[in-house]
Amino acid sequence: MQAPRPCPLTQAGAFRFWMAMPPEPQTQTPAPAAPITVGGMWLGLRKVSVLMPGVIVFAVAFGAAAAAKGMSLLETVLMSALVYGGVSQLVAMELWRPEWTWGAIAGLAVVTATVNARMILQGAVLQPWFAQYRKTLNAFHLFFYTDANWLIGTRYHNEGGRDLGVLVGAGVALWLVWVVATIPGHVLGALVSDPRRYGIDLVMPIFFAAMIVPLWRGRQAAVPWVVAGIAALITAKLFDGYAFIIVGSLAGAVTGAFRDDTA
Amino acid sequence: MTLPDPGTWGPMLAIAAMAVATYLCRLSGVALMSVIPLTPHVRRGLAALPGSIVVATVLPLIERLGFAAAIALLVAIGTMILRRSELLALLTGMAAISALRALGF
Repeated sequence: MQAPRPCPLTQAGAFRFWMAMPPEPQTQTPAPAAPITVGGMWLGLRKVSVLMPGVIVFAVAFGAAAAAKGMSLLETVLMSALVYGGVSQLVAMELWRPEWTWGAIAGLAVVTATVNARMILQGAVLQPWFAQYRKTLNAFHLFFYTDANWLIGTRYHNEGGRDLGVLVGAGVALWLVWVVATIPGHVLGALVSDPRRYGIDLVMPIFFAAMIVPLWRGRQAAVPWVVAGIAALITAKLFDGYAFIIVGSLAGAVTGAFRDDTA
Repeated sequence: MTLPDPGTWGPMLAIAAMAVATYLCRLSGVALMSVIPLTPHVRRGLAALPGSIVVATVLPLIERLGFAAAIALLVAIGTMILRRSELLALLTGMAAISALRALGF
């Protein structure tokens, strides 16, 4: 079962690819998994509660948009519960139609994947933490992994926290609120006709922007961010949709990966 | 097409397709990084990634949402520098955007 810890330098990428599939999940982190505690879950709930008002209004707005598009209450709640990605659900409303072909369904899946592709990178960021836990557990809590979770988890982990309960608590709590708040939105329809007026469309951007402060590690470490920002702005100019997040983030990561060689 | 038409199951199938696509996004980054060895390069790239994601997400959104949004985000960042509280940053940012939009910006 437990392979001896391999030397990273002798492990060629292609070879590792085969080796990595069997049980042994993690080679570089000998630290044992921190226990998942109820206290951690409460902490996660507290951390995410800041976002609840914004999420409620967002969910109500989605429910209203879905009702306007002719979706049934069951379909609307199912989408919130199973997809659980606010922006991708709103984008889906743009593409929603009364009649479905297989091509339209596949197209919707592709659009959803591009809108949510940032989750791939967000998962990669916290993988060293997750790797200490069982795969089934990761498969479970990743279902509840969102922007908010990623932001909370990244800050918590940077500050030395290791209790995965924080992510589980924050994720499940936010999911519950998201799903439940979809219902009044669908039932009451145009109650929140213009979420823009209250700045609801800015909740996530504000939360993202505020993260810059705890992430700040000096000007040198911010150079990749500048590259990320420029790449994202150019991509946003050239292409519709949300590809700019991925292109910009990857550009920043690549810059970060190769910068220290020259400095 | 040999498949029968989605018919009345269309909406449900569309929701299922979205759910699968999203869940795969959630899993694949973690799965990918458990296969890629953590060389110093990868480590530095990962270290630069959180800030890069934040900047790459926010900057184009500001560009799309306009001047008032930029001011609101700056207010939030300023609050964060002074107080280190996400709640306070969110409140001041939302207050700023509501005020600016009410004033017609």
